[in-house]
Amino acid sequence: MRRLALLVLALTSISMAWATTPEDRLSSVFEAIEANQIDVALKRVDALIADYPNFRLAHLVRGDLLLARARPLETFGNVVKTVPRERLDGLRDEALARLRAQRLRPTEDRLPRYVLQLNPEQKHALVVDSRRSRLYVYANDGGKPRLIADYYVTLGKNGIDKTREGDQKTPVGVYHVTANLPRKKLTDFYGAGAFPINYPNEWDRRQGRKGHGIWLHGVPSNVYSRPPRASDGCIVLANPDLESVGQRLQIGLTPVIIADEIEWSDAGSLETERSGLAAALEQWRADWQSRDTERYLAHYSQRFSSLGQDYAAWGAHKRKVNAAKSWIKVGLGRVTMLRYPHERDMVVVTFDQDYRSDGLSNVMKKRQYWAKEAGRWKILYEGPG
Amino acid sequence: MLSSNAPRNRLRGGVILLCALAFFAAAPARADEVQEAQKLLKSGQSQQALERVNRALAANPKDPQARFLKGLILTEQGKQQDAIEIFTKLTQDHPNLPEPYNNLAVIYASQGQYEKARAALEQSIRTHPSYATAYENLGDVYAKLASQAYGKALQLDASNTGAQNKLSLVRELVREPIAKPAPTTTAAKEAPKEPAKPPVLAQKAPEKKAAAAEKPAGDSTAEVLKTVNGWAQAWSKKDADTYLAYYAKDFKAPRGEGRADWEKARRARIAAPKSISVGVESPKVTMRGAQQASVSFRQTYRSDKLTTKSRKTLELVKADGRWLIKEEKAAK
Repeated sequence: MRRLALLVLALTSISMAWATTPEDRLSSVFEAIEANQIDVALKRVDALIADYPNFRLAHLVRGDLLLARARPLETFGNVVKTVPRERLDGLRDEALARLRAQRLRPTEDRLPRYVLQLNPEQKHALVVDSRRSRLYVYANDGGKPRLIADYYVTLGKNGIDKTREGDQKTPVGVYHVTANLPRKKLTDFYGAGAFPINYPNEWDRRQGRKGHGIWLHGVPSNVYSRPPRASDGCIVLANPDLESVGQRLQIGLTPVIIADEIEWSDAGSLETERSGLAAALEQWRADWQSRDTERYLAHYSQRFSSLGQDYAAWGAHKRKVNAAKSWIKVGLGRVTMLRYPHERDMVVVTFDQDYRSDGLSNVMKKRQYWAKEAGRWKILYEGPG
Repeated sequence: MLSSNAPRNRLRGGVILLCALAFFAAAPARADEVQEAQKLLKSGQSQQALERVNRALAANPKDPQARFLKGLILTEQGKQQDAIEIFTKLTQDHPNLPEPYNNLAVIYASQGQYEKARAALEQSIRTHPSYATAYENLGDVYAKLASQAYGKALQLDASNTGAQNKLSLVRELVREPIAKPAPTTTAAKEAPKEPAKPPVLAQKAPEKKAAAAEKPAGDSTAEVLKTVNGWAQAWSKKDADTYLAYYAKDFKAPRGEGRADWEKARRARIAAPKSISVGVESPKVTMRGAQQASVSFRQTYRSDKLTTKSRKTLELVKADGRWLIKEEKAAK
């Protein structure tokens, strides 16, 4: 009996050890330092380095802990002045980013304003906060997001708002993963694997933004992590982190929303926004089905454009097509609604469209960009999803 | 760490600080033999010293004093592996002697084995909590380990990650292995260290006697303070002549060495760093009559190589209208 109890205890502690990330352990090193338990801190950081010998930030902290025994420290990362500044600054920034994110982890009632609705097939959504150098993983809990994990990430050397090829910036917007490139197809630079995203998306192209090849990927085998601003625009995770995120990704489905600073909201406000837009979407569907083309076209913005057609061309085309029909039926399913960061009231809506008429029937995935104009939701873009 | 005023300097990677000492109370005859060997070593005749000590060991192979000296000689002859063996054996046979651990650490450090050096020094301090040399050496080993860690953090060349540190080899065994913690009366003869940070001295607590004699006016106190500040300034300017002029003719050198030797060592110490800055913080002057004073203060020593803070007491006497330093004591 006693032996069994011990076994259970041992297993529990093993599983707890598994649950503790290197970052949690780094954080516990700092906790010990704050409690003035330098010996404990040193033991913890030694153990951390034994498990993650390439965790450079941990080496830096260990250096400080050892040096503090020899003489008073002047600064965090108290290395000699001849060391290249940018390397040291990179590690200092990483320390700040990691600790801040640990301490500012959002409470349960705080949700990113972007995830208005997930469709039942989307198991997760990723939301990146550039200022916190953090990627948050939300699970789809009956259409509502629930935070289940978060990770330190490296973003572009020159920050965010990518506009052109080679600017070494990370784009801001609503994207999704488009492929899974396994480790064996990549060089060591990308570490555990890579997941490209669909930058530039429809909105980026309309804004004239250029460039390509924005991926989520891992790190080379000789490092555990990279400084917060170090990539050419990609979102870079530690290899174990990339692996656990990678297991949750669904190609073509999982949203990746990148923001400078996440706007936080609460479930109540999100539901109000969601239901307002859902009503507009339903009205659009009903008006299309009614074949009252002017009412239908009233859902489109004067700024509308799609695949080379502007508002006038779209209107002319729809009037012609609708006039020829004696009946139309439109069904919408698997609707996703994602608010666009940094844009005033713009939402990317994706759904399965089941269109039937006396002439033509088809089922397709569709994507629309909706924006609020004078208090009313209007469609800015419409195309295949 | 500051360089030594003592002569030996043979270990790879740096100057070795040598420590003076009383010795183990072995049989008197053998003690003479060992003493003779010690003298030979000091005068640079290490081979003769080795022969002498081997003779002593032939007569009494267990004599820790002789074994210790042999380890020292072998260290200086660069026979590190043999020296390690001897010191290791000594730590096993006499686990409460701090010196063999210290010297083991010095050898390990000179080989770049800082983790081993650290373990040995921590052991040395465990046996002897007020052992200043081991503390200083441990500080240097930590600094070295720190710079290795920084090297890994920042992917630096190991060669440029920090200043070279020099560890102090202990020259002789203390008479009685001390097991008691803290304010012991040990180390009366520990090391010819930089006076900025010398070993723990016997704490004589002169202040109590002084209380009765606290009559002389504030003028004298001001004079004494001025003298101390002038002394610190001359040191900071690396002006050795002026600095040494602050010391009385009969100044008691910390190791009991002769004035000339001591001066020579001080000059070398003061010349070595590129810059020195010595600060005197919260000085407390105690007058003992009109001609004697004692000043205790917190000394901050900063050079391009080292920063230390320590408590220091200067005993001053007035001669021909000038205050001069008669004794210089420091505690960690």
